[in-house]
Amino acid sequence: MDILANLAIGFGVALSPYTLFLAVCGCFLGTIIGALPGLGPSNGVAILIPITFTLGLDATSALVLMTSVYYGAMYGGRISSILLNIPGDEPALMTTLDGYPMAKSGRAGDALVLSGVASFVGALLATIGLMLLAPSLARVAFLFGPAEYFALYLLAFCTLGGMASNNQAKAALAACIGLGIAMIGVDSSSGLPRLTGGNLHLYDGIDFLVAIVGLFAIAEIFFFIESHGKGSSIGIKLDKVTIPWKDIMATKWTMLRASGVGFIAGILPGAGASLGSFLAYMTEKSIAGPNGGFGKGAAKGIAAPEAGNNSAAGGALVPMLTLGVPGSGTTAVLLALLMTLNITPGPTLFSERPEVVWGLIASLLIANFVLLAMNVPMVKIFVRILMVPAWVLLPGVTMISFVGIYSLSGSYFDLLLMIGFGVLGYFLRKLDVPTVPVILGILLGGNMEDALRRAMTLSDGDPMYLFSSPIAIGFWIAAIAGFVAPMFLRGVLKKPQKHPTDGPID
Amino acid sequence: MTKRLVGALITSAVLTFGAGGAATAAECIAPANPGGGWDFTCRQIGKIMFDIGAVDKPVQVTNMPGAGGGLAFGNVVNERSDDTDLIVAASTATTTRLAQNAYAGMTADQVRFVGAIGADPGVIVVAADSAFQSLGDLVEAIKADPGSVAFAGGSAVGGFDHMKPLMVLKEGGFTDITKVKYIGVDGGADAITQTVGGFTQAMTGDMSEVVSFLSNGDIRVIAVLTDERVPGFEDIPTAKEQGYDVVAVNWRGLYVPKDISDARFDEWAGKLQQVADSPEWAQAMADNGLAPFTKVGGDFQSYIDGLVADIAALSKELGVTQ
Repeated sequence: MDILANLAIGFGVALSPYTLFLAVCGCFLGTIIGALPGLGPSNGVAILIPITFTLGLDATSALVLMTSVYYGAMYGGRISSILLNIPGDEPALMTTLDGYPMAKSGRAGDALVLSGVASFVGALLATIGLMLLAPSLARVAFLFGPAEYFALYLLAFCTLGGMASNNQAKAALAACIGLGIAMIGVDSSSGLPRLTGGNLHLYDGIDFLVAIVGLFAIAEIFFFIESHGKGSSIGIKLDKVTIPWKDIMATKWTMLRASGVGFIAGILPGAGASLGSFLAYMTEKSIAGPNGGFGKGAAKGIAAPEAGNNSAAGGALVPMLTLGVPGSGTTAVLLALLMTLNITPGPTLFSERPEVVWGLIASLLIANFVLLAMNVPMVKIFVRILMVPAWVLLPGVTMISFVGIYSLSGSYFDLLLMIGFGVLGYFLRKLDVPTVPVILGILLGGNMEDALRRAMTLSDGDPMYLFSSPIAIGFWIAAIAGFVAPMFLRGVLKKPQKHPTDGPID
Repeated sequence: MTKRLVGALITSAVLTFGAGGAATAAECIAPANPGGGWDFTCRQIGKIMFDIGAVDKPVQVTNMPGAGGGLAFGNVVNERSDDTDLIVAASTATTTRLAQNAYAGMTADQVRFVGAIGADPGVIVVAADSAFQSLGDLVEAIKADPGSVAFAGGSAVGGFDHMKPLMVLKEGGFTDITKVKYIGVDGGADAITQTVGGFTQAMTGDMSEVVSFLSNGDIRVIAVLTDERVPGFEDIPTAKEQGYDVVAVNWRGLYVPKDISDARFDEWAGKLQQVADSPEWAQAMADNGLAPFTKVGGDFQSYIDGLVADIAALSKELGVTQ
């Protein structure tokens, strides 16, 4: 009953016409920010923070606007993943694996609607989870020390081998390149710069948005130029948008499972939404087995990462609000926004500022329905932006990427770096090395190393510390199973080839 | 309302993409992304300067993130060293990095520090159920077995959060500071999480980072590193009264380019003093957990010189610089 009363307070705050207007604006801006490569949720929110200052928004309004942008970007990221094979932001990375093949086979509309619905399910469940469980879930963070985090990231890397690549050695090579890139910058465990060549621009490490835009968008341009547009993957046709009920029903359990996995990944401070979508995808892939059609346009391969990343986005709000610990890059920016609004997130926020918390939760629910409307019936509006001919679109996307990246750091260095990544991406594609593991290496590698280094500091270098808790041991077992199982299962599971969209497997 | 939003969108677009348009308005560089401490310094000080009439045009805020403030420092030193309309947000982190040569060879004397007007007091924190009741308990435990206590803090190894317990330990007669365990995590709240979770035994950070956990009863602050007890937190003892004469605060202030005239420097110092004396700033400090700490002009420069020398010596001993 408490929750209903609180929710009533929340809707009382969030349902004013002005905040509703802000929510719609935020959702729309967020979707565009998410869809444009080079602008992700974290820099989208960062760029918009000065607006809340200029407008003199009060705490609730500012939060409504920013979280709408945040959720909107989570929805929007998938659009360019599916239509262009360029992830709009880092959590949408996994959606390229099946979303783009599905679009290429002529079902772009289905892919967009299905992923929109999956996003809605993930985000809605996560918001409900946040509402019901936030104060008790906050305690989960106290159970995770360096050893547990290390084992968790290890689990992610151990399942990498099963990624969408025909050649596992190449996937491993790509992940190692990513890990190497993750080493660049000031090492937080010694305070000393590594691999920077004394260049101040490299001290903060390499922003993964720079890497994503380079490896995907810029590399695409090089291919486009080389083949005079013929070899380019751009040019998906989208005729009619219908609702693929069959796919939605077939993936309902996938969406629920992926939401669960994503939410848990989001709650743990760390890689947030990216880890959530990755783990959700790999879980579904291993449940479906080698004949699930993953990587070739499977409906489940689209539903899982989208439900996963949206639900992780909601999950990441749990530690941010209850502990003040950001669960992802974007929540780190939101946290900074809260501080400037003179709200200190922490264990007392729920009791001291209920109108802020419940107003936020109510506006998340509202934003979710607004986004469902924007992303399913009205998805054509966003698609049309991307439907111009490839020779107009690609330079346009590149220009926006350049402006987006430049507006973040204000330095030409990141632009050069981005072009460098474009060249790298071009050669990797020529050599048929997948680029997705490179990004995952950059995203997760730094966190994994930090966790290991901290564990070693605390234990005086005793490796047994890594197995010192039941949680850590559980992750180790899962990691080893995830690494070894595919090798054996491949021989055992010689089931007849199933069509990827044939009924639920469970 | 719509008009205001559209207006703000345009303004921010102009600010983002057309920076440098208004030549006569003063500019404040926040060497970090919007939302952080340096951003706060620029926006609050800039706003108050305009509101109280210390400047006749609104101060324009530019965010220049990178290398922990190093990119902005380099930009000021190399390209704008005679810009009379430029102020840059700074804090203890700026001087720590300068002392540790973390700005690729640039040094503190390549700019002029105008002043600090407010500080976030340093604190040493333990979990509520910890056996350590006082700073003395903690220091004695480390003296007996340095491996038995690990600290968590929001800055990297060698950062200011790491330095705080080391200063206390040296004051307490423990000199083997490389034996002290410290892990740098992502911010003060994360450091508290690790400490409450029992992975580390103590947390070192700023007062503003611990306030909400304090009222929740998860933690105890065993010492605040200021001269006197902090208003509003009178029940927290200082390190000084427990016999460890250490003052370590995260001050918030400004620096300006080196080659401006002394007269212009004094003007900026005067404006900053005006802000410090204003009721608006008193309110902003109270809202953000800052304690009064005003040092402006030449007074501040000598404080900075002392601080840089102290941290440089400690860093060398710790091995984070050669």
